[in-house]
Amino acid sequence: MKLITAILKPFKLDEVKDALQAAGVTGMTVSEASGFGRQGGHTEVYRGAEYTVDLIPKIRLEVLVDDADSASVVDVIVKAASTGSIGDGKVWTTAVDQVVRVRTGERGSDAI
Amino acid sequence: MEEVVLNTGDTAWMIISAGLVTLMIPGLALFYGGMVRVKSVLNMMMMSFGALAIVFTLWIAFGFSMVFGDSIGGKGLIGDVTQFIFLKGLDNPTALIGTIPAAVFIAFQGIFAAITVALISGSIADRAKFGAWMVFAGIWATIVYFPVAHWVFAFDDFVAATGGWIANDLGAIDFAGGTAVHINAGAAGLALSIILGKRIGFGKSPMRPHNLPLVMLGAALLWFGWFGFNAGSAVASNGTAGLALLNTIAATVAAVLAWLLVEKIRDGHATSLGAASGVVAGLVAITPACASVSASGALLIGLVAGVICALSVGLKFRFGFDDSLDVVAVHLVGGIIGTLMIGFVGVDVGLFNGGGSSQLGKQAIGVLAVFSYSFILSLIIGKIVDLAMGFRVSEDEEISGIDLAIHAERGYELTDNTQGSVFSASKGA
Repeated sequence: MKLITAILKPFKLDEVKDALQAAGVTGMTVSEASGFGRQGGHTEVYRGAEYTVDLIPKIRLEVLVDDADSASVVDVIVKAASTGSIGDGKVWTTAVDQVVRVRTGERGSDAI
Repeated sequence: MEEVVLNTGDTAWMIISAGLVTLMIPGLALFYGGMVRVKSVLNMMMMSFGALAIVFTLWIAFGFSMVFGDSIGGKGLIGDVTQFIFLKGLDNPTALIGTIPAAVFIAFQGIFAAITVALISGSIADRAKFGAWMVFAGIWATIVYFPVAHWVFAFDDFVAATGGWIANDLGAIDFAGGTAVHINAGAAGLALSIILGKRIGFGKSPMRPHNLPLVMLGAALLWFGWFGFNAGSAVASNGTAGLALLNTIAATVAAVLAWLLVEKIRDGHATSLGAASGVVAGLVAITPACASVSASGALLIGLVAGVICALSVGLKFRFGFDDSLDVVAVHLVGGIIGTLMIGFVGVDVGLFNGGGSSQLGKQAIGVLAVFSYSFILSLIIGKIVDLAMGFRVSEDEEISGIDLAIHAERGYELTDNTQGSVFSASKGA
């Protein structure tokens, strides 16, 4: 099993979520995140004083999938999240040892 | 004094005005509170509420008498503190001042004292011990505000036979407090920002306003309350009050336009904080002038104040004093502009209206006198409070946040899952 973690532009969340659901993904976890990459921060102005804000808001989306689905789900996310401009984010996968569904106690692939 | 009778129209308007000026206290608390960081929003708002509590208490005890009692020795410097001590003879349903109940006039003027002190707190955001602030507020009101308000607001034969020197001898025009309120508070703010020193990270790390909608709401409430402040200063329901009301809108909208234009040209963006700041700058500048200029004069005062106040914000970075929320740029500078511009655009008395330069000279003397007195006394009082009890919180408390350190509270609880482990019931009976 794999945990797919994606950092996205906030406004792309709906498209990515719809694309994942269309691809048969049945669950995900979404949280607000902040950070920076090559895009860097941005500038804000308060009463004429300019501040460079390093951390900019992003969405972190996490999906658990079977090993076999991992590559195709990553492709779905990348395709839906892409605008072609800097700051589109990143997607990575992590190996997962065990998954348990709390309600039923199912383990492994059955719990996804 | 001639026999006076109660006028119900005047009384009704002044009761409403007293309510309106009281609304300026929470308005100011929101305006200032939104501008600081999350960790100090409560302390910022508490300084306004605290100022109201301490100053109005002193107002009843001896403040009113110091401002509106007979001038001691007829010198116009300070009123007789014993004459109306604890509002002797005035806190009853029959005593009149002008054509309104004395009680209403006392309440209305008492809030002026409180708001003036509250304005100062903007210069010392994030770092002042609350107890030290309360002590400063009481001493400053007594030694600075009450005398200066006597100079400016106590007219001969109104409450008492002899009043203050600026109002009667000098003849400078200050309808609602450009000198006594705004220059006074601005000069004290400058002094306190010097006494307390810069916040950790001033000019280096971002100190962004944490809630601009609160700032906008605060500015709107201040504006609404200011109708009582300016139009209520007529102490009557009449044409003077009407003109003051109109000019209070005219100057304010002009200042908003001017502040936003400066920002658009200089920074590339018209900001909400700029609009809210323009509102207050315009209100400040028209305060002394609202009853003695035409509507076009008010527009001009607003435009000048909007531009110069917006540009003055940069002074603190250039000279290195941490006037956190720009009490100097908005209240001191705005107050000076409004007070001096009466000398140019005042109807009948202004240089541009064929009045010559004599009024301008009187206005300048009023500005200089109030600024010098307030700045020097504020430095001394601030230093004494600092030596006696320490005005500033520790470095640790400042960084972790003054709300938690001083008040044991946080402004916002955005999730409900912080689990407490020990609960003890109220220590009250």
